[in-house]
Amino acid sequence: MGVEMSPSLALVLAVGVLVGSGVYLLLERSLSRVIIGITLISNGVNLLFLIAGGAAGGPPLVGTTEPDQMADPLPQAMVLTAIVINLGITAFVLAMAYRSWQLHGHDEVQDDLEDRRIARRAARHEEDTRADDVGTDLATEAAEARDETEEEHSLETAHHGPRLGADDTEAERHDRGENT
Amino acid sequence: MTWLVALPVVIPLVAAGLALALAKHSRVQGVISVVALTAVLIVAVALIFVTHTVGPQVVNVGGWAAPVGIAVVTDRLSALMLVVSAVVLLGVLLYSLAQGLADGPKGAPVAIYHPTYLVLAAGVAMAFTSGDLFNLYVGFEILLAASFVLLTLGGTGERIRAGAIYVVVSLLSSLLFLISIALLYGATGTLNLAQLADRIDALDPGLQTVLQIMLLMGFAIKAAIFPLSAWLPDSYPTAPAPVTAVFAGLLTKVGVYAIIRTQTLLFTDGTLDTVLMVAALLTMLVGIAGAVAQEDIKRLLSFTLVSHIGFMIFGISLASDVGLSAAIFYVAHHITVQTALFLVSGLIERRGGTTSLVRLGSLAKVAPALGVVFFVSAMNLAGIPPMSGFLGKAGLLQAGLEDGTPLALVGVAVGLATSLLTLYAVVKAWNKAFWQEAPAPLPEASVPRGMFGPTAVLAAVGVVIALVAGPLYSYTDAAARDLRLQDPYISSVLVDDGRGEGQSADAQGGDS
Repeated sequence: MGVEMSPSLALVLAVGVLVGSGVYLLLERSLSRVIIGITLISNGVNLLFLIAGGAAGGPPLVGTTEPDQMADPLPQAMVLTAIVINLGITAFVLAMAYRSWQLHGHDEVQDDLEDRRIARRAARHEEDTRADDVGTDLATEAAEARDETEEEHSLETAHHGPRLGADDTEAERHDRGENT
Repeated sequence: MTWLVALPVVIPLVAAGLALALAKHSRVQGVISVVALTAVLIVAVALIFVTHTVGPQVVNVGGWAAPVGIAVVTDRLSALMLVVSAVVLLGVLLYSLAQGLADGPKGAPVAIYHPTYLVLAAGVAMAFTSGDLFNLYVGFEILLAASFVLLTLGGTGERIRAGAIYVVVSLLSSLLFLISIALLYGATGTLNLAQLADRIDALDPGLQTVLQIMLLMGFAIKAAIFPLSAWLPDSYPTAPAPVTAVFAGLLTKVGVYAIIRTQTLLFTDGTLDTVLMVAALLTMLVGIAGAVAQEDIKRLLSFTLVSHIGFMIFGISLASDVGLSAAIFYVAHHITVQTALFLVSGLIERRGGTTSLVRLGSLAKVAPALGVVFFVSAMNLAGIPPMSGFLGKAGLLQAGLEDGTPLALVGVAVGLATSLLTLYAVVKAWNKAFWQEAPAPLPEASVPRGMFGPTAVLAAVGVVIALVAGPLYSYTDAAARDLRLQDPYISSVLVDDGRGEGQSADAQGGDS
């Protein structure tokens, strides 16, 4: 086919900028920033699909454009699907961020349980600081880290056992009824 | 009989719409879900017979054959995955219905549960039957979106915390997958798997490797292969027991399925087999090391799930007929046994009031039937001889020995060590939860029969797989041979005249 296949530099740069800034935002803790990052990356990928479809052409409708002048319709269909999927996912993540804000007053992605357990243990045995840690020690980090374990009355602990991942001492404390 | 192929996707989607429309009638919703998933199971069993006797079944959507149209394909591998997933989905559904009945109107699943569950079933089936990479992506997105909703059901603090991590990680893997699809399309001009298999050889080897790495990264996150596995043990245990069970059984295996499909159809030159094997060994070891350290039965099971994904990846990375066959057998075994174990842990939580091994005890005395089901499933997972877990592991180890390279031999050793450590972890759980005296008296609670029944059936299916292991192994052998030959798949998707029965309106007069 005689279609020009080398992509436009402007599009390639736009993809780079969108994906790059998207990755930066994805690494943030706040869910609202994360979702903006994901949207940026998806838009970058949508542009990538356009590049993959080759040079622009006429509308791919039989009868209006000569077949060799048509733009590739397939990437357009895929981009459309990807946009719809991204819309739904964005709505869901925003709802989740809002719920997180309702519950905790912030929308940050929290540390996972193992991290918190390690941080708590380190806080109890202060000598266990990591060798590669220069400035702060784990104990202060654990104290500063926003952590829902601070909140005593979450919905779940009201009638279940101590929360998942609670370590032995916590479980015992729960048994003695101090936690609820 | 090709019309059967689309039904595992269509039935649950239609049923999901119905269930959503009848959101106020939770009993009707339950009936719809049970009928739909039973129908899917029947269709899947029919498909396994048809594909085994006739060959791969292809539906050309709209009558246009691939590569012009979109193909929905079921070969031996897809049919087996459909059957196993239908069994598991139906079992877990019955369990959750019984849980709703037992908890009364207050504890009944919220109205969104049934539609979402059916959408999840449709997404899983779509991923298994898709003959097109973009359709595979859409299938993944359908099941992921449904899983997001199921995981955060009720929106409690702990679930939102776990859900945030799960959602962000899953979205990242989807984006990686989407980027690789765009790159693949740019490089080859097609996304049809059969046509890609033809065209990808013409690409520069370096570009092929890049594309393979991108796709594998996306799938490895979904399948929870170490170092991309950390999200799983953190997010799964927080969901309601039936949800965790179906996630643990199915969602990671969809990733494994996608890896099998792409490794056998697209990237057959084995560039990354060594990398994949090393990742598999690390997955086994790191996963099981995590399981040994856990004090909560749900988290312990989540870590064994990660660890045993390593077995399947090990089989795939051997890139031989025997290895692949054993891996497929292992997938079928693992889906049922892991789901059964998570359902048991839900019952344990019900009976003992907690899943913490520190505070459970004496369950063998108060709930002996539960003990039997847990013990059988746990021994099955660890691979004690007469059971299907043993046969799956034996097949994998044999394939590793036949391969004979030093790394494969290390893999055999690691596999054995992992089996032993699995045994250690589950026996520890058994001793603490069932055998030892409870530190404090257990609350008065009962295990509803309706919940126990499906659990016991799924555990029994895990055992029955061992009884039919001979036929099943010859089936997976045939599936693996097909996959590695590629031909039955490609020749049934790409028909000779290249366009199928589709009719286009005349170009001049066409306004349609």
